[in-house]
Amino acid sequence: MSNDSIAKTLLVAIGLSLVCSVIVSVSAVGLKPRQEANAEAARRAEILRSAGLLEADTDVDAVFRDRVEARVLDLDSGQIVADMDPDALDGAATSTMLLPEEDIAGIVRRPRYVSVYLVRDGDDVDKVVLPVHGYGLWSTMYGFLALGADGNTVEGLSFYQHGETPGLGGEIENPRWLAGWQGKKVYGDGEDVRLGVIKGQVDPESPQSEWQVDGLSGATLTSNGVTNMIHYWLGDGAFGPFLARLRNGESLS
Amino acid sequence: MSKNRDVFLEPIVDNNPITLQVLGVCSALAVTTKLGPALIMSLALTAVVAASNVSVSLIRNHMPGPIRIIIQMTIIASLVIVVDQLLKAYAYDISKQLSVFVGLIITNCIVLGRAEAFASNNPVWPSFLDGLGHGLGYSVVLIVVAVMRELFGSGTLLGYPILPTVTDGGWYVPNGLMLLAPSAFFIIGLLIWAVRAWKPAQVEKDQYRIHVVHRTEAV
Repeated sequence: MSNDSIAKTLLVAIGLSLVCSVIVSVSAVGLKPRQEANAEAARRAEILRSAGLLEADTDVDAVFRDRVEARVLDLDSGQIVADMDPDALDGAATSTMLLPEEDIAGIVRRPRYVSVYLVRDGDDVDKVVLPVHGYGLWSTMYGFLALGADGNTVEGLSFYQHGETPGLGGEIENPRWLAGWQGKKVYGDGEDVRLGVIKGQVDPESPQSEWQVDGLSGATLTSNGVTNMIHYWLGDGAFGPFLARLRNGESLS
Repeated sequence: MSKNRDVFLEPIVDNNPITLQVLGVCSALAVTTKLGPALIMSLALTAVVAASNVSVSLIRNHMPGPIRIIIQMTIIASLVIVVDQLLKAYAYDISKQLSVFVGLIITNCIVLGRAEAFASNNPVWPSFLDGLGHGLGYSVVLIVVAVMRELFGSGTLLGYPILPTVTDGGWYVPNGLMLLAPSAFFIIGLLIWAVRAWKPAQVEKDQYRIHVVHRTEAV
């Protein structure tokens, strides 16, 4: 049979497709549990990092099990929903479009229910870790923001996915820069979010320094994106009502 | 035997896929900001070229001419998906940094070029060596570029500080340009220049020559 005959062409095409599809399916299905475990482990490590619990030799799973509790938060009411399972939460299914004027962080849609993480020290909740995301210069930056139980003090920030320029905006991953967030305050006397990244270095003498974080040089648009992300997620449209309850002394245990 | 050795060694300098054939430059710009991802990318591409050459060579006598490119693409695409899945399962952090560029190995001209130009009319063993050689030729360039970019752009190699940077209390002010794609263009350009100065045989003939007009002729 000639190689170029129709029968041979069909035979080779079908045979090859079958062999290739088997190889691809076997590798995709066989490796899936491992890949999902990796993604979950990376997310957990990032939650611990934002809460300042991640050291080089930390056993992520053990610390996570002992100290962290995932809960579902209803952003509309600011209440924790007791009877929803955070592992089965599908945020996209309950999300709504944002109006352009609300959407300062460039995220287009906001879910109604999100998973938040309560970090315990003994029996008391001493930190809450909130998932945040917002548009930087090139793409959406995803991270976790840890706040103290007072709902006002930043305990840490970390990013686990972003597409900012390495060395410039990519410095949002730099531990030295992220350390500058610790101890900053979110709100002033009123309900407005005052926390943000400024241009240049923070002057420690300034009365404003409590709410300011050093700018990233060469990455003004990324810095602005981080500020917008913080303002959106800690503002009235997102975690604001929940954090207001914490600031009024409500306990989470 | 010495023919096989040539097939393997030639692409490393004499017929390098990047510096002579100028293929695969896209990924060479994209994944070379740090040495770690560049090494994994080199490994992934070498594995894909070698495996695709072997597969194409195995079925070379049954290849219907009209659909041969589609067949080669199907084989390459399947191999790349497998490599991508393996990286996600066993080198998660690196696969996150390489992101889309592993998938883009499919469109890397080196792979299809070798399948079409060599593997489709050579036996399995030389095809394997040819794929390995071209993978290594690509890797050499990637590693050289990545070493220069990471060293001068971040002051580190594989994440270990070599030149202590100012931000970490040292003396070295990192060169931000090295972290951006254009710097890889410059480095690859300089490399091509260096290789052609060393091996003048690689210099291409002028496609045209400017005709020198004497004043008397013009009048």
